[in-house]
Amino acid sequence: MKFLTPKRKIITEAAQSFTFTRRAMVVGGIQGAIGALLVGRMAWISVAENEKYSLLSESNRVNLTLIPPRRGWIVDRNGRPLANNRTDFRVDLIPQRIVDADATIRHLAQLLNLQPDDVDRIRDDLEKSAGFQPVQVADKLTYDQYAAISVRLPDLPGVAPSQGFSRHYPAGATVGHLLGYVGAATAEDYKANKDPLLITPGFKLGKDGLEKAFDRHLTGKAGAKRVEVTARGKIVRELTTRQDTPGNSIKLTIDAGLQEYAGRRLATQSGSVVVIDCQNGDVLALASMPSFDPNSFSDGISHLEYEMLSKDDHVPLRNKTLQGLYPPGSTVKPMVALALLEAGIGPQETVSCGGAIRVGNTLFHCHKRRGHGSLNMRGAIAQSCDIYFYQMAQRIGMDRIASMARRVGMGQKFDLPFPSQSYGTVPDPAWKEKKYDQKWQVYDTVNATIGQGYMLINPLQMAVMAARLATGKQLMPNFIHNARRPEPATVGATEEHLVVIRDAMNAVVNGGGTGGAARSSIPGVMIAGKTGTAQVRRITMAERAGGVRGNSSLAFKLRDHALFQGFAPFDNPRYAIACIIEHGGHMIRNEDAPMIASDTLSYLFDPAKAMEKLETLEKGWGGTPSERQAREMAAFRLAKAIEKGEVAPPSDNAADNASNAATPSPAPPPPARDESDNDVPPPPGANMTDAP
Amino acid sequence: MSIIPQPLTEFPWRILALLLAIAGFGTIVLYSAASGNIFPWAAMQAVRFCIFSAMALTLSRIPVEVFARFAFPAYGAVLAALFLVELIGGVAGGSQRWINLGFMQLQPSEFMKPIIVLTVARFYAMLPVGEIRRWNAIWPALVLIGVPWALVLIQPDLGTATMIAAGGVTVMFLAGLPLRLFIGTGIVGACAIPIAFSFLHEYQQNRVLIFMDPESDPLGAGYHISQSKIAIGSGGFWGKGFLQGTQSHLDYLPEGHTDFVFATMAEEWGLLGGALLILAFMLLFRWGIRVAMRTQDKFARLAAAGLTTTIFFYVAINLMMVMGLAPVVGIPLPFMSYGGSSMLTVMLCVGIIMAIDRAGKRRTGTGNWA
Repeated sequence: MKFLTPKRKIITEAAQSFTFTRRAMVVGGIQGAIGALLVGRMAWISVAENEKYSLLSESNRVNLTLIPPRRGWIVDRNGRPLANNRTDFRVDLIPQRIVDADATIRHLAQLLNLQPDDVDRIRDDLEKSAGFQPVQVADKLTYDQYAAISVRLPDLPGVAPSQGFSRHYPAGATVGHLLGYVGAATAEDYKANKDPLLITPGFKLGKDGLEKAFDRHLTGKAGAKRVEVTARGKIVRELTTRQDTPGNSIKLTIDAGLQEYAGRRLATQSGSVVVIDCQNGDVLALASMPSFDPNSFSDGISHLEYEMLSKDDHVPLRNKTLQGLYPPGSTVKPMVALALLEAGIGPQETVSCGGAIRVGNTLFHCHKRRGHGSLNMRGAIAQSCDIYFYQMAQRIGMDRIASMARRVGMGQKFDLPFPSQSYGTVPDPAWKEKKYDQKWQVYDTVNATIGQGYMLINPLQMAVMAARLATGKQLMPNFIHNARRPEPATVGATEEHLVVIRDAMNAVVNGGGTGGAARSSIPGVMIAGKTGTAQVRRITMAERAGGVRGNSSLAFKLRDHALFQGFAPFDNPRYAIACIIEHGGHMIRNEDAPMIASDTLSYLFDPAKAMEKLETLEKGWGGTPSERQAREMAAFRLAKAIEKGEVAPPSDNAADNASNAATPSPAPPPPARDESDNDVPPPPGANMTDAP
Repeated sequence: MSIIPQPLTEFPWRILALLLAIAGFGTIVLYSAASGNIFPWAAMQAVRFCIFSAMALTLSRIPVEVFARFAFPAYGAVLAALFLVELIGGVAGGSQRWINLGFMQLQPSEFMKPIIVLTVARFYAMLPVGEIRRWNAIWPALVLIGVPWALVLIQPDLGTATMIAAGGVTVMFLAGLPLRLFIGTGIVGACAIPIAFSFLHEYQQNRVLIFMDPESDPLGAGYHISQSKIAIGSGGFWGKGFLQGTQSHLDYLPEGHTDFVFATMAEEWGLLGGALLILAFMLLFRWGIRVAMRTQDKFARLAAAGLTTTIFFYVAINLMMVMGLAPVVGIPLPFMSYGGSSMLTVMLCVGIIMAIDRAGKRRTGTGNWA
């Protein structure tokens, strides 16, 4: 083979062997170098960058779950809870830990008395649930149920009982509009503010009323639970838990007992009651009925219940105390009288009422067709004579009346912790010019003096008016107990004039006036007040000729509103009240505004006696509001089922109930706003009547 | 020396002890990776180690000439198997890397790693000394390496293909081909990387790109590297302690018992464990290279150095991958990663090197005595 060796460079076995040794050393050297490089790299990662990677490893391992903070309580002026937190026991299923799903569900259904549709829902959720997302079995369990499950846990793998808090309103529906309700945050809330607390299960936000206005104050600081989790999210163990810090509580000026009493006393009517403390303007009650039950809203209201509430012509979803606007009717007469006194008209000056008066070319009637005869101011207020005010108002002009109306709080927007309020209108020539580009007419003044036409008021404003007439001070409504506020300005009326007004308002109730129904049952406490009727329809000449139709013959939506404002005791006013019954029509004496107002005031002086009367009355109305609502709900549910054909339309008693309950649903379309809310009043020149 | 019987002195105690140390450590790590359980991995790995050790010791008794003689036939057989895999894969649709033999999954590309070293060594051993600087010394070797390389690459298995090429080229280098060839090829190769890159599969390209910047996609394709670095980095110098690793036990570290077993180890044993393990591997390579340098026979010394380098490539590629210095390619860490194929291959290499070692000692021994 040697002869094949190339000529230029002789390569021998020995030379090749030497080359190999050298190159093998190079290879070994490179291997050693790479080994050193690897150790160096590892040292860099594990020692120099240790802190960074340790942190990353911890953030992998540890999962932080927020614990929703308990919401602060809302308490009344005496410390009684209006909204608190109830321990809520619930049971969930952790799908991944379940061994025998069917047996587990059967066992749970038996322990918790689950309905078949609940069981179906759990099965569905279980099938849909991906991985570790828990499936809710039931919430709002009793402690006994919770305990029954807890002791059987070893036999029920995958069942997780837990304990949380849910909002509770002891007074139920009667505080619905006052406090509002709480609910889970919406997607918009979360988009606006990327707080992870918002999407924590169990966390609720204030959605309406005071719950919404004081949401930040009531919301506490979330607690946190650190758990060790696997890459797939399975919880291995709990590490540490930081307890939540409950939110601050709020003490309201509301008297819980009075609030509930007022709500219940409104009976089956669609109405509102506002009570104000005449010493400082504290609002003691702000009831709007019927109302939703904030407890069921806060738990997530059922579709059916919401449908029922929104179809009801008694508008349970509207807070009438702040959002209901009504023509004040004759309740403005004491205010107009005060303006008359201020303008120099003497209380003894008389007007002769003949039953009607011609203004321009329109005939304006008094509510009393035959007329009151000759009346002074006291008599005109007591008898609620329209003609007296038509005449006197024309003498002083609208501007002076409007000025007084504003000073007693009409048309005033108060700074209140509520998301929305409607504030009424005090019309005057400048206002009409601006709004309708029309000149003020005499008949506008005439309409305004009896609280009709353009004039509108909400129940809170009416209560403020009563308080200001009673005290002569421009009291401001207030909801926060012990809130600091400036000394109220005066209304600008002399004490002498105020005495005249108070005396006249006393005569309304105790002097043979139109408000006899409001007479106090408490010895030594005399109630003063003023009744009112606000018409929501036009009375045509033809109808008047044939006799004005009685309210009872009219559809609900066409009946007059019934109003009452007053205070007690009349000679040393302590509490002021306003009560408006929508479409009440003065049809049932014990469900009419004067007596409701009177009974509500009596609660402040003798709660036991007032309660006794209420309980007697409630027997006739079919129980407390919650009992009545539960019955309505059951009937509505049955009616719906019949409509869908799930239940056979039957021949027995149940069907009668159902069809009765179903009648409201095809009734008038959306009951959203009724005529009284319209800014445009019945056309001027209509034949206005005013009744007691 | 004379007191101890010859078979005992010949028995490769030291290297076996070294392997036992590495594999024992590997078994402990697998025990921890299974959350303190010898099942399913640790026990199996220990049993395999015993079986393959016995196999390596058996191999060490075989004369080196046998390996030389069977190098080409073995190469042919494995190459045929590679073709077969490609065919089956083509029929079944999609990539396939193994042949199902019923009792085990045979992965021919795995065998190609040591066989290519033996084959190229055999070729240069047969090549006349003077031919080494001729063209004739280059192209046959390139063909021998290129065909299996291409077959494995299209499987596609970038890691194994790289190892086959690297093993073969290392033997070419050791055989004494002119240095300028390697330097020149290196330069050309560096220029060709961008072009080669464009020929890679998209997922392979992604792996390379993500290796460059693993944090760009920490939850997607960069997840492996990110989590592996977190495991190693959070271990620190002393480690979190045996059975205390969170990355591995809470399943954040993917493939914590196979390709990324080093990260599992490093999390619990820290830099200390890692450095000791790398040192142990370096001792193994030093033994291999020394065996090669002691040996006079051309085939034997090329084979010993080449097989050592093959094991080295396993270790180096795997560790670089785990530490974020190389893209994720499926190369396991010898004796540590759970899996039979890689251990079989590595033990084949070790067994052959032991045979070479034994032959070399015999020769020197006889030379001294006779």
